[in-house]
Amino acid sequence: MSSLSLDLYKKLFLSRAAEECIMKYYHEDDMKTPMHMSMGQEFIPAAVCQALGERGQIFTSYRSHAPYLCRTDDVEGFFGEMYGKISGPMRGKGGSMHLSNPDLGHMCASAIVSSLIPVVVGAAWANKMKNTDKIAAVFFGDGAVDEGCFWESMNISALMQTPALFICEDNGLAVHTSKRQRQGYKNLPDIIRHFDVHVITSKSTDAEEIHGLVKEAMDVIDKTQKPVFMHLECYRYLEHVGVYEDFDAGYREKEESWYDSGALRVQRQRLLDQGMDEKDIVQLEQEIETRVENALMAAKAEKFPEDDELYEGVFYG
Amino acid sequence: MVKMTFQDALLDATTLEMARDDSVFVYGIGAPDHKNIFGTTTGLVEKFGENRCLETPLAEDSMTGFGLGAAMNGMRPIHVHIRMDFVLLAMNQIVNMLSCASYGSCGKLKAPMVIRAIIGRGWGQGYQHSKTLHSYFSHIPGLKVVLPTTPSDAKGLLTSAIRDDNPVIFIEHRWLYFAEEDVPEGDFSIPLGKGKVLREGNDLSIIATSWMNIEAMEAAKMLKEYHGVEVEIIDPRTIAPLDEEIILSSVRKTGHCIVADNDWSFSGFGAELSALVAEKAFDSLKKPVTRIGFEHTPCPTVRKLENAFYPNAKTIVRAVEEKLGLPKSDLSSQDLFSHERKFKGPF
Repeated sequence: MSSLSLDLYKKLFLSRAAEECIMKYYHEDDMKTPMHMSMGQEFIPAAVCQALGERGQIFTSYRSHAPYLCRTDDVEGFFGEMYGKISGPMRGKGGSMHLSNPDLGHMCASAIVSSLIPVVVGAAWANKMKNTDKIAAVFFGDGAVDEGCFWESMNISALMQTPALFICEDNGLAVHTSKRQRQGYKNLPDIIRHFDVHVITSKSTDAEEIHGLVKEAMDVIDKTQKPVFMHLECYRYLEHVGVYEDFDAGYREKEESWYDSGALRVQRQRLLDQGMDEKDIVQLEQEIETRVENALMAAKAEKFPEDDELYEGVFYG
Repeated sequence: MVKMTFQDALLDATTLEMARDDSVFVYGIGAPDHKNIFGTTTGLVEKFGENRCLETPLAEDSMTGFGLGAAMNGMRPIHVHIRMDFVLLAMNQIVNMLSCASYGSCGKLKAPMVIRAIIGRGWGQGYQHSKTLHSYFSHIPGLKVVLPTTPSDAKGLLTSAIRDDNPVIFIEHRWLYFAEEDVPEGDFSIPLGKGKVLREGNDLSIIATSWMNIEAMEAAKMLKEYHGVEVEIIDPRTIAPLDEEIILSSVRKTGHCIVADNDWSFSGFGAELSALVAEKAFDSLKKPVTRIGFEHTPCPTVRKLENAFYPNAKTIVRAVEEKLGLPKSDLSSQDLFSHERKFKGPF
């Protein structure tokens, strides 16, 4: 059994278990923060964060549960933030949409679509100027591609050759609106190839395959300092915001093929194929579930911030 | 001390800070070109190389985000805009991203970034090359807002803005670029948040921003000449954070307050100052606060209408006369438009 396969499975399972735990307790209305769930899309952050490791400076969107957990492994802080408690990395000021823990590589998240894309261009440029080994990576959906600052950022990054990693998680939807209703072109990667940017595309839901592509991207960045644009197709299992399915709303069909090829299922089978005992897998899963449940309970029991914390951090220092 | 114009002072501060700190860089549309942002970036490419004085695509919003990302990773960007009007293209990054970079990371990330923006006026600048909008920025928590008036203040405040670990909006009036005075040589900084008494007087306080300080100084001379009135002129210099005490102590001394703001009055910084004085120095006021600002129209291009749009020294003189119950002085011999004639453009 390869340690890579196991590490990826742990990230996938942790992300899924954390969100299943949110689903279990969200109705209590103690997590007063709009949940934009990663469910179904976890394989992309799992692969990216596994590949980048400590080199990764991750910038994300409001849909950042899986990227946060895959980059930081900080389940306790994660639930602290969901409950708005002082155990959260932002002591409750961020919530689900603004997870930030720079010390652990999850730099920040923005709930304004597309707005961190140019920030990553600058972060990558600074890394190049300062000759660090950090890689600045940004996660965004296909909705972000509609914004002007996405195209400005492609141009700037290509022009200045800033070694940024752009991760487009294309789930085909901006809230409830399909690409067909939003985009006046057929193929995004074909357009991006006209920029001086390295383009990688995939329709796979196999985290290990995506991991290999991210390693390829890192190789390009290390050898050429060229920006890399990864176009990765995926499927959002749940509603845009909230913890339920909404296939009855009529804006899309439930596509079973995405579930058949679901990354957790694929990766679990891989572990079995590699000779891992099913009992050991179940034990691992139970350990993660217990850790998640404990983290949630600890967050529930934790204190809210004092009122005098309101002004902390408005200005740095 | 050495004689410097306002633009020399800005260049001096920038050059010294770039020499002192490798992480400081300047960028913006036209920053390294032959006009060098009216001479404020001259020689930076030659001294510090192309990576520290950068040309950019016409993408104000994303290039602001670029600065934020660079700042998060240890750089100190100075983003230059030849007109404040163009900064409006970057409002998403400034208001939604830059201003809350620290708050949005529980104080762990810092965004030491200076945004320099120039206010245009005259010779056909019109309604899209003449805005000030300082109150837009002072409205937002997390931003500091500076409007220097004199060359010394330009140098000292820009130095502090560059060294500050927070985003600073630094607003420069194009006409002030011609001002010249003795400026301290070498390392020189003025703390942000400290106002300055430009002229002492006991009869009435004028709180003025940016160019309106020049008009106020001219008005002060006329008021002394015609009425023997001594007005006090306060330049807050930094409006966020605001030096409330220097304003309030002046108003408490004189009992009269006129706010001469280099912008529209309605919902503007003048309204904020009026409220401040009413809330904290009401008992000292002998008359209500008076606001002087631009007429509430877009800025017209033609000079004749522009003269009707902008307040000037005469506007201030008349406001003081009315407030103090003085007869209108005959200003026909005064040259009220000398600056307008001096400025030839094209910028």
